[in-house]
Amino acid sequence: MNAKIDVIKKKRIQLTLIFIVILLVVFGAKTLTEFSFAEGIMSIPGTLIWMGANLIPNAEAMENFPKVLEKLWETIVLSVISTTTAGIAALFFALFGSKTTKINQPIAIFSRFIASVFRNIPVVAWALVLVISFGHNVVTGYLALFFTTFGFLVRAFMETIDEASVDSVEALNATGATYFQMVFRGVIPDTLPQMISWVFFMIDTNIRNATLVGLLTGTGIGYIFDLYYKRLDYPTVGLITVAIIVVVIVIELISNKVRRLIL
Amino acid sequence: MQVSETSTRETIQVRNGKIQIRTFNRSNFILQLTLSVLLIFTVVAPFFLDYKSIDLQRAIFYTFDNLKMMFLQPALTQVTLGAALYQILITLALAFLSTIIGAFISFFLAIACAKNLAPSFLSNSIITFNSIVRAIPTVLWVLIFAIVAGLGSVAAVLGMTLHTIAYLTKAYSESFEEIDDGMIEALRATGAKWWHIIIHVVLPQTSSYMISWTFLRFEINYGVAIAMGAAAAAGGIGFELFMSSSFYYDLHEVGAITYFALIIAIILELISVRIKNSLIGK
Repeated sequence: MNAKIDVIKKKRIQLTLIFIVILLVVFGAKTLTEFSFAEGIMSIPGTLIWMGANLIPNAEAMENFPKVLEKLWETIVLSVISTTTAGIAALFFALFGSKTTKINQPIAIFSRFIASVFRNIPVVAWALVLVISFGHNVVTGYLALFFTTFGFLVRAFMETIDEASVDSVEALNATGATYFQMVFRGVIPDTLPQMISWVFFMIDTNIRNATLVGLLTGTGIGYIFDLYYKRLDYPTVGLITVAIIVVVIVIELISNKVRRLIL
Repeated sequence: MQVSETSTRETIQVRNGKIQIRTFNRSNFILQLTLSVLLIFTVVAPFFLDYKSIDLQRAIFYTFDNLKMMFLQPALTQVTLGAALYQILITLALAFLSTIIGAFISFFLAIACAKNLAPSFLSNSIITFNSIVRAIPTVLWVLIFAIVAGLGSVAAVLGMTLHTIAYLTKAYSESFEEIDDGMIEALRATGAKWWHIIIHVVLPQTSSYMISWTFLRFEINYGVAIAMGAAAAAGGIGFELFMSSSFYYDLHEVGAITYFALIIAIILELISVRIKNSLIGK
């Protein structure tokens, strides 16, 4: 009986300690960043009122609509082609890095390392470095998205291959299939639906990232948002925001539909 | 035996003297259609972009040169080592604040959103709200908040918190939905109150998933916080990165800062993988 109470008591003390530590870190982070909860809560209603009053696109803003559409198209193209090309590159690295399909250990470690570096360098850093040599150009946006997508997809594909295809690899190896037969007859058909699903996930993510990259590299919808934001032309900013919402939701719906059909 | 033999014979299709391995089915067809559409789009769409005047050969040459300066000769010139570490700490603090506030709000929203705990109109309206929040990129939220709150930590934390809420509410409510209905029903039958069910069934059963998701989001928020520093001038290491590349053109420093950011990101990823493995198991 006593022992039982002790366990509960111990757990309670543990929980309280964790709670206190989290509170201390929150306080530390708050002082460090000069964040104020009061100010944060206060500015939410203010922002909502402001959004209602200023972000509604008016007739004047609609005149910019063709320009917005053109940049939106640029953003969509950038995010789709960077994802597909990164997907093709990532497939090879994932095959070499995966536990079941690797050729040898050094290459596997090497491709995992490359992927980890590409994934963890923030997309902003890529954009800022590339913009110095490529200038304000779509190629900069493409490459910045390509690198991060590549890093992420290698990891996702590798996990997919590891999970899905151990049995078929074993069976094909037993029949004396060559490496390429094993990969193209066994591994890829088994894992393709899952991989396509990851590709769609990344297209979705990249539309959002392309906006961020666009702000820095002067391409696509991010650039035009920044332009009108700095001009204080808020109705057009509202129009751009609505356009982004529509595109993201449409792409999400399409990818959900396709995912449900193929998985 | 007889039955299975005939049924196998029926399903084998021969064309041009070869046995067809794959037979037509809907999901296969959709898969190939999707693949071909993506491939055609990738090949055709780049021709419709405006490249302005770009000298690709020179640009690639410069990029390699720049990358060499960045990664092989990193050096701190404008900021001191202490300042760089302090800025990293600020970025981590921004990420931490928005993750904790977001996680706290998400917990309650997720209870209201889980289909087995809440009425469906409530859960549907939260899902709709979340998808609209998620559709606007974080940087735009931060810039919108910045108009009223001013550029700085308040706008950054608010914008990042919104996305954290949208992400974690979905993750939490999905793990709530996996709880065994029998346990909830059993407690309800004993006359337990609503918060009894939350504390004694929902929390213990899902806490490990929730911790793992929350840390994963913290990892994401760290990356986002770097981006906010650069694109929305919210401070932290991202802002230093932006200054050294766009104002001083000091690629050695960009390299050094990138190394700092990279090391922290890799540490966070390792911790997150370890948490996931130890809590959820392999």
